[in-house]
This record gives sequence, C-alpha cells and structure tokens, in this order.
Amino acid sequence: MTPLARDALARMVALHLPQEGFVNLGIGAPTHVADYLPEGSGVILHSENGVLNVGPKPAAGEEDWDLINAGKMPISLRTGGSYFDSSLSFAMMRGGHLDVAVLGAFQVSKDGDLANWTTGDNGSPPGIGGAIDLAVGAKSIWVMMDHTTKDGRSRIVERCGYPLTARGVVTRIFTNLCIIDVTEDGLAVRALLDGLAIEALRDRTEAPLRVMGDPLTIRQDGSVA
Amino acid sequence: MRNVVVEDAAAAVEGIKDGDAVMMGGFGGAGLPLGVVKAVLDRGVRDLTLISNNAGSTEDDLSLWFEARIVRKIVCSYPRSAKQFAEQYRAGTVELELVPQGTLVERIRAGGAGLGGFLSPVGVGTVFADGKERIVVDGREFILELPLHADFAFVKGHLADTLGNVTYNKTARNHCAVMATAGRTVAVEVDRVVNVGDLDPEAIVTPCIFVDRVFARSSR
Repeated sequence: MTPLARDALARMVALHLPQEGFVNLGIGAPTHVADYLPEGSGVILHSENGVLNVGPKPAAGEEDWDLINAGKMPISLRTGGSYFDSSLSFAMMRGGHLDVAVLGAFQVSKDGDLANWTTGDNGSPPGIGGAIDLAVGAKSIWVMMDHTTKDGRSRIVERCGYPLTARGVVTRIFTNLCIIDVTEDGLAVRALLDGLAIEALRDRTEAPLRVMGDPLTIRQDGSVA
Repeated sequence: MRNVVVEDAAAAVEGIKDGDAVMMGGFGGAGLPLGVVKAVLDRGVRDLTLISNNAGSTEDDLSLWFEARIVRKIVCSYPRSAKQFAEQYRAGTVELELVPQGTLVERIRAGGAGLGGFLSPVGVGTVFADGKERIVVDGREFILELPLHADFAFVKGHLADTLGNVTYNKTARNHCAVMATAGRTVAVEVDRVVNVGDLDPEAIVTPCIFVDRVFARSSR
C-alpha cells in the first residue's frame, strides 16, 4: 500500500468538485487541483486577490505580473472572466457565494475544526491571509492534506493542538489514504485507498472513524470507484 | 478645471511626516506603487504605521522600508516570505497587528465609507476574537471590527485622467481601489496620465472625488 502521490490526490479532489461550481483553491497543494479538472467540468475558479474564471498558467514569456493568483504566481483569464477589488472578492468569500473552498491544513478535528495558519512557532511571523475568510464563508470547506505528519502523527485529531482558523467548518477531508466526511455523528469514511484495511486507517488516525456501508476504493491515479 | 497631476513620486509624498499611518496598495507586487516606496525612503521619515496586505518579499519592494527601519508597526494579513520584516519581527523592533485579509480590506472600506465598524463572523472562536466585542445577531455570533484610517493612501493604478479618475490593470486592482477611499491624502501612481474624456465612464473604478494626487511612474 503506497499512499497517493500529490498529483493523484489533486486529481481525486478535482474529480469531486461540483459541475459548474464556483470554487476557490487555497495556496499550496490545493492550487494544483486546477491542473486536473475534467474537460467540460464548467467549474469557475475564484482567486481571493480579485479574479473569477482563473485559467491555466501562461506559457513561458507570456507572464503578466498584474495577473496573478493568491500564491502570487502568474495565471491567465478564461473567457467570461472578471476582475474586482478585494472588498468585493471577500464579499464573495464571506457571503456564502462560493460552493467549495479547498484548503490545506495542519490539523482537522473530529468536529470539523480547522487549524491551517500557524503551528505557533514564534521563530517566524505568522500569516493568516484569506484562509480564515474562506473557512467561515464558503458553502463547503474541503481539506486536502497528507493523512499524517512526516514523523507519522495523525493530522486528524480529537482536538486541534494548533491555533484554530475556524470552528466546526470542515465538511470533507481528502488525504493520501482516504476520503472522510465530517458529519454530526462524527467522522465517516467514504472511500479508502486500494489495499488499505479500515483497521490500518484507524491505527493512523487519532479520532474515531465510522464506516457507512461499503467504502469506495481509491485507485493509485486518484480515481474512485 | 481641476488638475491633480503632480510631477513625480517625490511630489506625491509631499507632507508625509514621522509617525504617519500609511496605506500601501498591492497584493505581492501587483498594485504596489514602487515609485512611492522609494520616494518615502528618500524623505527620511520614521516610525510609520504601515497598512498593507504584505510586508515585502523581494529586495525591491516594501522590504526596503524594513531594511531602513522606518516602520514601527504593520497592520497586515500575510507578512510571510518577508526576510527583512521577519528579522525585525524576531528582534522585537516592529509591532505586527495580524488581520484576516477580508477583515483588513473591510476595515479599510469602513474607514473610507464613514462607518464606525462592522460585524464579522470571521475569527469567532479563535485568537482573532481576543479583546473584541461580541455581538449576537439572529442567533449568530459576530465580532465588532473597527475602521482603519490613514494619513496617506498610496496605490497603483493603470490610467488616470487629469481630474483624478482612475482605472486599474487586472488583479493589480486588489486593495488599491478600497485604500483609495480611505486616506486623508490619496496619491495614485499610474502607468499613464490621459486627458479628461479619454476614459470610458463605465470603466472608471476610482472616481476623482477620492483622489488628491496622480503621477505617471517613471519609465525605468
């Protein structure tokens, strides 16, 4: 059993986004979900710095540094795109106009608490950016992250040890091992990596997991059946 | 007829003094008035309160202000990847007020719009609610966020006419259009100054009533 590679995790998230949904992809790994959107998905990507209908990275030499994404990297604009100021952009985010926000995380709790802005390390200045506004305002908050830290500790926890971004907001967790829904009755496993037993997943998870019916199977390419 | 065009960046920052609060537009480099960054340095002012989304990230941006130690406090949402700022932050020589990005821009909007603040759900249940008044509306908890004002707001536009109407370029609009409402003195660095009547009224984002000074950036 090999955990999903980063590109496969990004594809898995991309395949789940709602048709024609308005979606914000957070900085870091979530940004790469854009590369795996299925043809004809109709998904309209929002970027917090004031653009709807974000297109792919421009070709080398075609970059316009006045046209960037939240990660401050050059993007292109799709037909039907628009620009707006930050206040209107955050009205979209805070006001519940986005269908899904995909965010990275340090930790997610069994109640959907999200910790993704600081580990409390005083050595470097903290940054919050727009993650907190998304976490409070989007209709669905999805987290994509490695299931465990580099030293093997679960990122899914009973209670977050790191400072919170928002309480009780995460609705779905995509990891390199599984897909979990955050429900009123706790964490429910929807899909499981091919070859991974549910008990092995429980061993790697510091919060109770429920299984509803037969979980779907996640293949190494990120597709789910 | 009104004409707010000034010679250069030095003229645009005329009157700035020690201890002033200064808004600087931009998200990363997009929307940052770079000519102003240098003109403020040349003025030799100190103890500024800087209101900005970022704290610089290359050698040639707001990092210059931290290197020169002219900022006493920064009100900011994402001061990451900012080497010069980080050094002073660790040394304790600069104060950081960390504000969620949407709250930052809305506090600026409130300042420019004459509001006494606004109620936000962002930060409830986190450290961002510490010390703030909590108000329940229709059963949902909000925190009271207060307006931000500044002595100067400096932003980067694309085109301005001589009256001071401004358009922006793509995502360089970001915080600029909002900051342009909230400074006691508002100065706009633009790519080009055009004649009154050359801008499509439908395309003007910042109407001239907000703008005190406009200058065309020098071609470097």
